[in-house]
Amino acid sequence: MAVLRQKANSQPRWLFPFVVAVVFGLCVVPLLRLAYAGTQSLLRGDVGALLSDVSVWQAALNTLSTSLFGMLISVTVGGLFALALTLCDVRGKWLLSFLFMLPTMIPPQVTALAWIGMTGPSSPLLKMLSLAPPLGSPQPLYSIAGISLLLGVQHAPLVYLALRAGLMSLPRDGIEAAKLSGASPRQVLADIVLPLSVPGLIAGAAIAFVSGVGNFGIPAILGIPAQILTLPTLIYSRFASFGTSTFGDIAVLSGMIAVIAVVGLSIQERALKGRDYRLIGLSGSIATFRLGRLRPPVELLLWLLIAIMLVAPFLALLASALVPAYGVVLSLKSLTFGAFEEILFRQTVTRTAFANSLFLASAAAFGLLIIGVLTAYALTRGRGRLTGLLSAMIEIPYALPGIVVSVAFILVFAAPLPVLGVSIYGTIWIILAAYFASFFAVGLKPIISSFRQLDPALEEAARLSGAGFARRLFDIIVPLIAPAAGASVILVFLIACNELTVSALLWSAGTQTLGVVIYNLDDSGSFDLASALSVLVIAMVVVLMLLLELLAARLPKGVVPWRN
Amino acid sequence: MAKLILHQLSKDFGTGKPAVSAVSLDIREGGFLALLGPSGCGKTTVLRMIAGFEQPSDGSILYGERLLSDAAGIVPPEKRNMAMVFQSYALWPHMSVADNVGYPLKVRGISGERYCAKVGEALDSVRLAAYGDRRPADLSGGQRQRVALARCLVTSPDVVLLDEPLANLDRHLRQEMEETFREFHARSGATMIYVTHDQAEAMAVATDVAVMSEGRLLQVAAPAGIYARPEGKLVGGLIGQGAILSLPHDFSARRDLGWEALRSLFNATDAATPNADILVRPQDVVLSPEGIAATVVSAVFEGERYALRLQLADGQALRAFSRDPALPGDRVGVVISHGWRL
Repeated sequence: MAVLRQKANSQPRWLFPFVVAVVFGLCVVPLLRLAYAGTQSLLRGDVGALLSDVSVWQAALNTLSTSLFGMLISVTVGGLFALALTLCDVRGKWLLSFLFMLPTMIPPQVTALAWIGMTGPSSPLLKMLSLAPPLGSPQPLYSIAGISLLLGVQHAPLVYLALRAGLMSLPRDGIEAAKLSGASPRQVLADIVLPLSVPGLIAGAAIAFVSGVGNFGIPAILGIPAQILTLPTLIYSRFASFGTSTFGDIAVLSGMIAVIAVVGLSIQERALKGRDYRLIGLSGSIATFRLGRLRPPVELLLWLLIAIMLVAPFLALLASALVPAYGVVLSLKSLTFGAFEEILFRQTVTRTAFANSLFLASAAAFGLLIIGVLTAYALTRGRGRLTGLLSAMIEIPYALPGIVVSVAFILVFAAPLPVLGVSIYGTIWIILAAYFASFFAVGLKPIISSFRQLDPALEEAARLSGAGFARRLFDIIVPLIAPAAGASVILVFLIACNELTVSALLWSAGTQTLGVVIYNLDDSGSFDLASALSVLVIAMVVVLMLLLELLAARLPKGVVPWRN
Repeated sequence: MAKLILHQLSKDFGTGKPAVSAVSLDIREGGFLALLGPSGCGKTTVLRMIAGFEQPSDGSILYGERLLSDAAGIVPPEKRNMAMVFQSYALWPHMSVADNVGYPLKVRGISGERYCAKVGEALDSVRLAAYGDRRPADLSGGQRQRVALARCLVTSPDVVLLDEPLANLDRHLRQEMEETFREFHARSGATMIYVTHDQAEAMAVATDVAVMSEGRLLQVAAPAGIYARPEGKLVGGLIGQGAILSLPHDFSARRDLGWEALRSLFNATDAATPNADILVRPQDVVLSPEGIAATVVSAVFEGERYALRLQLADGQALRAFSRDPALPGDRVGVVISHGWRL
């Protein structure tokens, strides 16, 4: 009788080791390398020189203050929108929430450009309306306050989402019980709704803070011209003026960013302790407050905020893109599509950037789809203790600011690869590798939640039909998770196409991404070209978000980030 | 075709209590075995081990001479030539009914005319020939069940496994499906194993019934045999209706007891004789003034008769059928025409 070797596991033998190798290679090794470089630098004593540098401490202080103020703005605006759109009978909820979500999906450097176009003496929009301040007056956004304001706008949707998730699970019967106990709507809000929404608010505030700490695009465009550096922009400028101790320095600096992020997250953890309000009762329908006579003013306020945060900056950006040179008044006579023509047909660098970003984004999206499906399979079908650990590791690079991940990848790939002897440093492949690490968690989440919803019997029936692993994957599993897979591809594509933080450090001649080119165009004074490119990027973002919106009906809950 | 042999089969999920312990069972070629037991007794785990989804912690599974599973390794489900009807039916929602049924053929590389003929034949046999182009979502529960059955039929598997297939159907459909299963078994000649917690269902469909409880196999016999001669109190309580009386009884005597023997047990006063469990079916309890005294506790009209719950003078409960109505509190006499010592 033959000896049986195979185990009663539906996974082929190579799958689990493969997933472990991918997770270690993408998420663990680079960060260990970063920690190693930082420690080396500490041991050599280079750190002393770095830490006695006033500009480093100034940058750390700037990072902290902009992130904290930005967080306060995010919490105020995001909290208002979450309460109004989730609990009140405001009209046009879908459109309001879609528009409110846009700022997070628009790349931060584009947001910054748009706001610059909206304010300051040269703003074509203000000039058109004859509202522009006199020439020579300072651009008000080139300041700590400006950076904080834009960080606040950029990350307000994150607070909105976190708070909304909590409010959605607020059971209607709890609120009805309070009303029957004789509480007025105001008392219900103060005694029931607000206390129960505190955990969501804390979580949202922490996300906004950590995102602010790691943001590169906004302080780069608003801060660098005014010599206001934050830690991410300090790393960038150190890196640009490549010196002998650069690697050690940037390792320590990104360590500082990581520490601030981790401290922020652990404060959140402590604040959440003892606030585990498991909601009991039937949470099917959401409570709705009738605003009554207050409804028109509340709606007006929401639309006004949307107009200030989104519509006006976008119009300013459009106006900047349509004038022949920055500072010219936009009129029917001066209107020109020259900037669009220039970036689409004449400038090779923008065309290269389009090609690079589209390649990187599609390669990351589809590569992560394949890795994501295999990983989700191993993580949901496996029973080992390792699966929990692996899921946690995948989250690490996503939780850390992108600039930390890029520094880690620079350190890993600066030297030629072992065995192969080739270096991917300076090529497009190092950017792709960093994208894989940064967006692994984003791409995996929709796929994993879809896997969890799948009845295991569907796959077991295919096994008994005689189908092997690959066959089952293609015939049964992939078609069944297709909507989630589509969402994963679009999300990763959207984020990868727009990001600047990772590629800002990793690009070199010929491997510029769209984010880098927008930044460089602005940096070299071609504000009209940067604006035109930004307008195209925003158009692409809106199209992709609408595509996800179309898919949403067929997706498990929580896959499309701005829908519940 | 060959015999399916479970040898000292055990499964421990590491929860402290084994889910299945030392189950040994021979399922004859072409047999139809119902695996019966309360929920959580390990019957589904046995089925999943036979399918190859779970690996035994100990013991082995053989199909004829071929070793399918032991603690060292298994033949994966895809290489077993078995088929299964799942409790949730497990129809693939993205394929049409015909594609669902034909998938096992497609995997085996069968295509063209032979594929169409086989799928048509399978759908015909479950009377769904007209539904081939529909999606599973457009079918009713009973129709989905029949699609799942057709999918099992299409490749002529050696063993067909059914995991509580009727649990999600209403009572009327159940009877119809029981008939379909019997037909299916007669025509395919496959060995079938049917997991259920419903004893009436088990006896209606199977040629053999195996009773499990707490991971152990208690008894295997044909339905009529297990009904007439259950072993032990657990099986006696699980199979059919009946009351279990505790009476002093000499264990060496025969287990089939008539009224004469039973009456002497009721009258026995010898305290030295240990008590035995005697199973009494309601149809063997006859209301008659010459019998022993009992009180009616409740009477439920079931259509063709009244189902009575009685209490004997010593407090023991008994069940009986009656053509005539009775009221709670009525005093009656009962003759027990037949009893079985468990």
